[in-house]
Amino acid sequence: MSIGHTLLGLLEAGPRHGYDLKRSYDERFGHDRPLHYGQVYATLSRLLKNGLVEVDGVTPGDGPDRKRYAITEAGVTDVEHWLTQPERPDVYLHSGLYTKLVIALLTGRAAADVLDRQRAEHLTAMRALTRRKTGGDLADQLVCDHALFHLEADLRFLELTAARLDALASALRSPQADEARP
Amino acid sequence: MTARDRSARAVAAPTAPAVPVSPAAGPGTGPAGVGLAAPADPSESPGALLAAIELHKRFGATPALDGASLRVDAGEIVALMGPSGSGKSTLLHCLAGIVGPDAGEVHYGTRRLSAMSEAGRSALRRGEFGFVFQFGQLVPELTCAENVALPLRLGGVGRRAARERAHAQLARLGVDDVAGKRPGEVSGGQGQRVAVARALVSEPRVIFADEPTGALDSLNGEEVMRLLTEAARTAAAAVVLVTHDARVAAYSDREVVVRDGRTRSLAG
Repeated sequence: MSIGHTLLGLLEAGPRHGYDLKRSYDERFGHDRPLHYGQVYATLSRLLKNGLVEVDGVTPGDGPDRKRYAITEAGVTDVEHWLTQPERPDVYLHSGLYTKLVIALLTGRAAADVLDRQRAEHLTAMRALTRRKTGGDLADQLVCDHALFHLEADLRFLELTAARLDALASALRSPQADEARP
Repeated sequence: MTARDRSARAVAAPTAPAVPVSPAAGPGTGPAGVGLAAPADPSESPGALLAAIELHKRFGATPALDGASLRVDAGEIVALMGPSGSGKSTLLHCLAGIVGPDAGEVHYGTRRLSAMSEAGRSALRRGEFGFVFQFGQLVPELTCAENVALPLRLGGVGRRAARERAHAQLARLGVDDVAGKRPGEVSGGQGQRVAVARALVSEPRVIFADEPTGALDSLNGEEVMRLLTEAARTAAAAVVLVTHDARVAAYSDREVVVRDGRTRSLAG
């Protein structure tokens, strides 16, 4: 995620101090990884240098003066451009789960148990997200739904794989499987 | 420990699912203690509200249950999951006394369902069990309020008292505005909320829900699950929920996978 564009987007609502920006960011997007103050001020410095924000005012305090930042016209244009760019879809061609599954099948271990344990782990995460969603505000619901749909996709993969484990096992163990691999 | 042992452990450990947010902290939310539990043995678990012990059931030549066992505690929400044809709906029907198993036992508290008369099981279903099905199964000729009042009327509650309780239940589920309409005149989501109201109106100790959101879109499905589980928790009613949808199962306290007519508990 682009922190710079996110901060610019938050600034579109009105000028703010760096501290307020960090708090607003963390409330909406920082559940997993809150921003460090250093990240906020480094990002604002870069945006300032590129003419995407400007200093709107300075509040004197006990410590260093507090700057208030405002988005510029160029900043608004930059946010608009950013929003038109679709995100690259994530693909999971080398996930740990896939690797464990193949190793279990190749070594004759109980791949069904690998799938069932993973299923339990996924459902535990989904229950926690559902609790958070039902007790949360709209922002919580959005972020939890996003995570829940991804976990659900994994579970569908687990179910489909469980239904064809025997076929996968025999395909992986056949001598042609190794020869066919580059 | 041998290299083979170490390798086996690595393969056995589940991978923490990658989610873009941190799951809220709480009991049972971490990876510790997650793993496969042995199939539930209700005979070793006294005090269960509902228990199925080694159920077998065939429909003609087709086996539906092949030694399925399950226990449900009072106030617990248990999701039965599994592929189509795995036997999860048959297990629900056996637990509710709708279908009798060929072998095995279902206990409700201290009572054995197979030892009860059909009239006794009917009274149990009417008074202590509530049901929500995929398509609501409301009576089309009755209004929504009359549908909700029906289990009460059948249980001998007077017309006026039944009507008042039905309206109060519809209001709790946010659909009191459709009380006077017939099921054909309301949306799928409203109809399913009416069905939930009907299931709850008798203050049952167990609610059986078979794919309760199967005919709804995501948003209505989420709303029905939220209302159903909140109402059940408030009333301390247990819920046995059949679903193939993991997001619906995530409203439960515990999942049990049914595969080839057998149950497998996933501790979590």
